[in-house]
Amino acid sequence: MIKREKRRYLALEVVNEQPLNEQTVLDTVQSSVHRLFGEYGASKANLKLIKYTPEKRQFVIRCSHKELEHVRAAIASTTTINGKTGAIHVLGVSGTLKALSKKTTNI
Amino acid sequence: MKRFADLHLRVPLEDPSKAETMIQKASALGYNLIGIPLSPHATREQISQLRHICSEAKVDLATRLNFSPRTPNELLQSLRRLRRKFEIIAVRCHTKDVARQAAKDRRVDLLQFSVTNLRKRFFDEAEAELASQALSSLEIELAPILQLTSFSRVRLLSSLRREAATAERAKVPITLSSGATDEHFMRGPRDYAALTTLFDLPMSSALRALSENPWVTVERNRKKLSPDYVAPGIHVVGRKTGD
Repeated sequence: MIKREKRRYLALEVVNEQPLNEQTVLDTVQSSVHRLFGEYGASKANLKLIKYTPEKRQFVIRCSHKELEHVRAAIASTTTINGKTGAIHVLGVSGTLKALSKKTTNI
Repeated sequence: MKRFADLHLRVPLEDPSKAETMIQKASALGYNLIGIPLSPHATREQISQLRHICSEAKVDLATRLNFSPRTPNELLQSLRRLRRKFEIIAVRCHTKDVARQAAKDRRVDLLQFSVTNLRKRFFDEAEAELASQALSSLEIELAPILQLTSFSRVRLLSSLRREAATAERAKVPITLSSGATDEHFMRGPRDYAALTTLFDLPMSSALRALSENPWVTVERNRKKLSPDYVAPGIHVVGRKTGD
């Protein structure tokens, strides 16, 4: 039997002054992963945007659990968002959305 | 629960509001201890003002002094004058002689090397052996990894990979710090730990370098600077008052 791929959900917060949409934040994370780990690494990360809360500037992404540290490194290395200075902070990481929402009650 | 420390938060002391913002941000990111580099002529008022800001932000402050001596003699003179005034002494080694002297001197806590000129990174096997005997730590700043781009970052990561492996082999403690001058370059401790995967430092070592290693350095120095300290392993446990 083929085992289902394990995933990790990351709650993130954008620190940036300009208005953002969900495509911009996902593109920022994906381009960071691509810049640091290349196309091969980006394909293994298997990133997907799950939820975006524009008023809190917080969002949830999903990635492969084996690539969690690489994705976290790529997120930490982000210094520009949409051409302007900014940062993305990880608020919490979990294996399920339910546990993540418990960890980060404000998202 | 781990207590995290950032021993090199370069807050602008001339701009108190920005300094306060950065200290509050460090606390919000999950740090319990921050080291702020001060001038050798820092006054008690400046230090007490910083302590007040830190206590309001619920974060512990360690006073730090950065040296950039040109010769080993200059280093020794500075250490003689200033060691007992600060909780952390970091030496940025620009020459090999200074690097060797700093590594074998027990008064030096952190060894730093240039992030732009990689020819001036002298942390090799010999340096690591001296540092392991003198209890100095190798300090790796992580903000330059965020600031540098393309080939400069690649070259820096390559040097860091070699140095981290050397330090692990020689059992030299590694201390990870931000070196951030702006809040945009500040990250949480676990994010910094994830960044160290870029130079192949194991996650357990990275977390130790952000928590236990800096705390051990600061607590050891606080003990040494306390009036009850006599010599390594000997300290005053009580004083009898005269009748």
